[in-house]
Amino acid sequence: MLEGIFVDGLIFSIMVIGVLISYRILDFADLTCDGSFATGAAVATMALTAKMGLFTALLLAGLAGAVAGIITAAIHNELKVPGLLAGILTMTMLYSINIRILGGRANVPLLRVETLYTKFPTIFSFLNSSWALLVGTLIIVVIAKSVVDIFFRTDLGISIGALGSNEQMIVSLGINPKVLKIIGMGFSNALIAFSGGLLAQYQGFADANLGQGMVVQGLAAIMIGEFLFDSNRISLITLRVVFGAIIYKALMFLGRYYGYHINLTPSDLKLLTGILVIISLIIAQTRSAASSMDARKKALKRNKMRHDQKKGDIKNA
Amino acid sequence: MLKIEQLSKVFYPNTVNEKVAIEYLNLNVAPGDFVTVVGSNGSGKSTLFNLIGGTYPVTGGKIFLDGKDVTNKAEYKRAFTVGRIFQDPTVGTAAKMSIEDNMITALRKGMRYLTVSLNSEKRVLFKEELKQLSMGLEDRLKDNVGLLSGGQRQALTLLMTVLSRPKMLLLDEHTAALDPRNAQIVMDLTMEFIKKYKLTTLMVTHNMQHAIDFGNRLIMMDEGNIILDLSEEEKKDLTVSKLVTMFKSIKKKDFTSDETLLTT
Repeated sequence: MLEGIFVDGLIFSIMVIGVLISYRILDFADLTCDGSFATGAAVATMALTAKMGLFTALLLAGLAGAVAGIITAAIHNELKVPGLLAGILTMTMLYSINIRILGGRANVPLLRVETLYTKFPTIFSFLNSSWALLVGTLIIVVIAKSVVDIFFRTDLGISIGALGSNEQMIVSLGINPKVLKIIGMGFSNALIAFSGGLLAQYQGFADANLGQGMVVQGLAAIMIGEFLFDSNRISLITLRVVFGAIIYKALMFLGRYYGYHINLTPSDLKLLTGILVIISLIIAQTRSAASSMDARKKALKRNKMRHDQKKGDIKNA
Repeated sequence: MLKIEQLSKVFYPNTVNEKVAIEYLNLNVAPGDFVTVVGSNGSGKSTLFNLIGGTYPVTGGKIFLDGKDVTNKAEYKRAFTVGRIFQDPTVGTAAKMSIEDNMITALRKGMRYLTVSLNSEKRVLFKEELKQLSMGLEDRLKDNVGLLSGGQRQALTLLMTVLSRPKMLLLDEHTAALDPRNAQIVMDLTMEFIKKYKLTTLMVTHNMQHAIDFGNRLIMMDEGNIILDLSEEEKKDLTVSKLVTMFKSIKKKDFTSDETLLTT
């Protein structure tokens, strides 16, 4: 049971790192991921049922996501529309494409097909099967996280970070911001689709509606992570995203498992997620207000002390 | 270094809001020149800079940078030759990144690849460079730039701009948003870097005294054109009041509002 939450959270965390790249690093409000997550699941599922092999299936899933992200970035770059609209366009188009990929069906099961998650128990045969799934997923997440960490330490990655913080600076350095947006969005959606490909194998089916509400869930996980600790180092930022993703999944599990006591149904979880994001925003806001209030009080106190001292000096003189 | 031929810029052409910002302007700046640009608000100084830098497309005319026609080149391509510093200290640096990340990005122009350049050797170099600012930034390499004051950020912007070795510098009132002390520091650093790297410079300023004290050429703009162009010789015994008188005699009108703008 507990291992299940961790596996769920770890698979989800790769998607959240993708959302982190678009929302937090590139500062690009990207809704493509609602579509590209399901695209990844669909592509991986169809590749596996066609017996293309595990590696190819996940590679194709990632590539399909990258293409989706590149299309969003291209719409935004060339037609000069806001990123939000570009993402919605791609997401909507992807819904039809996902059903096409799934061969005209909305749901394709992975029955009697070898997947990563049927293979993990044989690879880690010294563990019991649910722990084997956890260890296998953990290894994949560590690799994915390291790739992201290394990428954002390279000159290209740093310049993508700079683009999200200040586009004029990138232009002033002779870099075409359009190219960086294409690379960043491609990378972000490749991770999202890769995560979709993993989830399809874990749950044993691909569904055209799998991506619904992914953005908000991803944001919720990012915000939970941001409460844990503060850092500007990419390795710690991705680490807290992984923690945030697991905590989010645990919260949702609690909602599902114990929710019936207060009449919660699984369909209420989206509402809960939204409320979670709103609460996170409120807490973040009150926190920053409190810290600036605190700073103001301290400054006032210092000023008063200085003032009193001066007055004292004058009196003494 | 910079040659501008019959440049014109019209905003909202053929509408009721049509506004001629630059009107058949010609300018030739020799390599190594330091030109100060003065003029009242709306005279076209910033538009001229934006046209040279490539922020706006031109309506007519040609711009040559370093002997090459750049009239239709994108802003990021012109950035290889031109380094720009704006009035707003937040424009030149990335607030959400550390000082060292900002500096490694600024180390050269052009597209980046999957190489890792930031190493201890570079950090030593950055510390050396930051020491020139004498603001104590050399001990704060890992701090986010957003934590710095406006003056520190503008000084860092200046350092980062010269770090990528442009041939030309466009300074658009780059000390105007700073307090007098920091403005002085940034201005002194600017002069130091211009001399050290022999940069051709155009500097817009509202400070008449600066315009007279710095540089070897002074141009005054009005209504989208250059109305006064003074060489180093002519600048020598210029004073603020003489400059204002010149402006008035050219305009042949008494612009009280302009006078206050120019003398402050």
